[in-house]
Amino acid sequence: MTESSRDENIELMTYSEVIDVKGFVGNFDVTIRKKPRYVDLTKCTGCGICIEKCPTKVPSEWDLGLGMRKAIYKPFGQAVPNVPVIDKENCRFFTTGKCKVCQKLCPAQAINYEEEEEFIKKKFGAIIVATGFTQFDPSIYGEYGGGRFKDVITGLHLERMLDTSGPTGGHVIRPSDHREPKNIVFIQCVGSRDEQKGHPYCSRICCMYTAKQAILLKDHFPDTQSYIFYIDIRAGGKNYEEFIKRAQREYGAIYIRGRVSKIYEKGDKLIVRGVDTLVGKQVEIEADLVVLATAVVPQPDAKELAKILNIPHDQYGFYTEAHPKLQPVESVTKGIFLTGSCQFPKDIPDSVATTGAASIRACEILSKDELILDPKIASINPDVCSGCLNCLEVCPFDAIEKTEVNGKVVAQVIPTLCHGCGNCAATCRTKAANVEGFTDDQIYAQVASIFEVMRKERLIELSD
Amino acid sequence: MQIGYYPGCSLESSAKEFDLSIQAIFKELEISLKEIPDWSCCGASAAHYLNEELAMALPYRNLLKAEESGLDQILSPCPACYSHLKHVHEEVVKDSHLLERLQNLVGGEYQKKVTSKHLLDFLKKDVGFERLKSSMKISLKGLRIASYYGCLTRLPGVDIDDIENPVLMDEILEAFEGETIPWSHKTECCGASLSLTRTEIALRLTRSILESALDKGADCIVVVCPLCQSNLDTRQRDINKKYGTSYEIPILYLSQLIGLAQGLDFKKIGLDRLIISPKKLLTQKGVTLSPSP
Amino acid sequence: MSYLISKDIHQFRNQIISISGEDASKCIQCGKCTAGCPVSPEMDIQPNQVLRFIQINDPEPLLKCKTIWICASCQTCSVRCPEEIEIAKIMDSLRKLSLESQAPSGEERVVKFDNLFLDSIQKRGRVHELELVMRYNLTTFQPFKDAHLGPLMLSRGKLSFLGHKIKGLDQIKRIFKESKRFLRSLE
Repeated sequence: MTESSRDENIELMTYSEVIDVKGFVGNFDVTIRKKPRYVDLTKCTGCGICIEKCPTKVPSEWDLGLGMRKAIYKPFGQAVPNVPVIDKENCRFFTTGKCKVCQKLCPAQAINYEEEEEFIKKKFGAIIVATGFTQFDPSIYGEYGGGRFKDVITGLHLERMLDTSGPTGGHVIRPSDHREPKNIVFIQCVGSRDEQKGHPYCSRICCMYTAKQAILLKDHFPDTQSYIFYIDIRAGGKNYEEFIKRAQREYGAIYIRGRVSKIYEKGDKLIVRGVDTLVGKQVEIEADLVVLATAVVPQPDAKELAKILNIPHDQYGFYTEAHPKLQPVESVTKGIFLTGSCQFPKDIPDSVATTGAASIRACEILSKDELILDPKIASINPDVCSGCLNCLEVCPFDAIEKTEVNGKVVAQVIPTLCHGCGNCAATCRTKAANVEGFTDDQIYAQVASIFEVMRKERLIELSD
Repeated sequence: MQIGYYPGCSLESSAKEFDLSIQAIFKELEISLKEIPDWSCCGASAAHYLNEELAMALPYRNLLKAEESGLDQILSPCPACYSHLKHVHEEVVKDSHLLERLQNLVGGEYQKKVTSKHLLDFLKKDVGFERLKSSMKISLKGLRIASYYGCLTRLPGVDIDDIENPVLMDEILEAFEGETIPWSHKTECCGASLSLTRTEIALRLTRSILESALDKGADCIVVVCPLCQSNLDTRQRDINKKYGTSYEIPILYLSQLIGLAQGLDFKKIGLDRLIISPKKLLTQKGVTLSPSP
Repeated sequence: MSYLISKDIHQFRNQIISISGEDASKCIQCGKCTAGCPVSPEMDIQPNQVLRFIQINDPEPLLKCKTIWICASCQTCSVRCPEEIEIAKIMDSLRKLSLESQAPSGEERVVKFDNLFLDSIQKRGRVHELELVMRYNLTTFQPFKDAHLGPLMLSRGKLSFLGHKIKGLDQIKRIFKESKRFLRSLE
């Protein structure tokens, strides 16, 4: 991230969002809203005094509530640029008009409460979407406590605890009483592979990260014992299968095949009631901590962003690729590319690979002055068009627009967006819309000449 | 207000106090309970695998009888009865062939106008918390209550509360200032259907429930099912004998606690009929003695 | 001894679909049903194994097992199954099939009890609990079972000696006579 912020060919706009995209491949008109940080990027040295002295503490989103942050804060340790932002909702100055400690103490005079949001309009040749994923909320599972049990956490919570620069300083503790857990139960597929309360798909990354967490736990805290409830282990990557075996053989992780039906509190422990389908018996484990490997889901505003970009998404909100096998990094809309988990859950090697692929596909567009289009696109004859605009409604790519020719309202194809699917041609009642090279007359002519040949060779008999 | 009443077979004998207390509290709330004339058994769990048509026809007869006597709503305290009556109604609404078949079997012409109501749902929605609160004469404050739902929320056709963590009973008790405790075995199975045929299983399951309630400091357990009550109360001494425990946890019907809070007579709400007597507990907690301000 | 997989591998699964409406082939054997079943410790075939036997077209062990009779129909399996299979309904279908097969059931006492239950309804229109318990104890040769509870319940007025005969008993008798075991044919 730091490298990219220093590269002279890259302009990094942080704390900004795309709010409107018009145009088409090679010529996107993008409107970006730069949200106010209230800290001047050009002046701030990243010394951190403001953060240190800020009197307001709120639960940290990055630490999933396990720790606190200040009202002026950096989202996470390695954030780029190394400049804090003020949380307007919680800052004492913004809510009560008092305080201003950060401004008083800042040696670079970088605090500016008057900063306003900026709107930038720029032209871009290509867009790569890498908006990532978030976690499924497991509180829908009443049988796992419905979010009420403090010591039932997610894999991401454990990740924050294992981080030496995290909220617990690298100590894995029970959120309820801060004691160190001895027996830790991991439950795979919470919210994944579930047609009832969760999502039917497999989230791909959980088997591996759970094994990693079990290894780290044993490595850092040799007194712990990990139990992992799984249905199938998905370890289809280079050295992945061997990694799982290591977790079992060298780090003592016990893998139990079966889902967990219920978790309940007994005294200060958690009773995990599951099953071992391989021996055919119910099993109950007295756990100190339970870690749920929750499903990977699209960001909460993924569908909204899709509307802005005009790209399709599936029923979950994952962005749709142009072809599942042959075009995995291209969205259906030309010029917009997809990488990482916004398209579907991916691990790090796959995310890196797809990013490289998307980048080079984007470069393909940027390296040319002109783009060659597929000739098999639709066109609408304005003389015949009745202006009913039915074709506009049925075009899945929004490639038809309303226009005026000689004072008459007609439909017009935008050639760069058209995929040549033929929906408009099939819908058009006046035969004004046609896929070029495939007009009704052309097809009839082809059929007629085939019949003529067949008649000549006495393969068929035709009546007059 | 008037509502049809389908007691079910248990409320005539082993769950008599459930019947008594419901009648008593409804009288206090000025709601008239009209027993369905000449009602018959709903078929419970035995019928539906032994004879599918019988399993439908038996509840159907009661819906018919209710409708014929001008009732459009029936209250069935027993969860199984409630589930069967509701389920058959829903099935005949969907399937006209089934309706025809049942009409041939049983007779009559069911107009599909009878709604089944569960006690909890009825108390919350039709009676309402305000009305319940205003009928309170004695506060249940100081009484730590574990609300036990059993399989109620999971029964087919029953959709009155969250399946894994129901709260209706707790809310009703809180309206009378009772202290309901969160506990882990709220919806665990008590082994009702096995109570006579595989008693040792019922004892094992019931024991876990008692243990769990005690673990969270419950003074008593409140139920809305005759079979749950029977297992937890009638068999409590058997459990003590088998497991060497010394449980003495009163198991009360919700309607009994409501009756208590309404200041109704001990006997009228059948509190003297419980095997594990609640007298000591209630006196200790000063519930029967202290009037609410 | 190796196990023979039959040719029409979907036969039993299809039969279960036609009786219960539930499709056992959706099951991926995650085991959540078994994990949550309150009577799993006493079952001879676990709930997920029951579905497995259906998947591999092997009805015999299921028709004579104890499992389907000690299933308490608590519905825990059905409400938690991630594939939304109503396992309790499948258990019910297996009970029906077990009776049809006329082979000795895995828990004769349960069948006896349920038959006595229906008998009581047929005789009076309602279940007479005291009579039911006494008849059950006698037919299962345990005359003194739960005898200690008798006087206790009597003293609390929870036993009805006579039972109640409804007026519309003829209607009940007719229902019993003419109702068919299966709503739809088993074929």
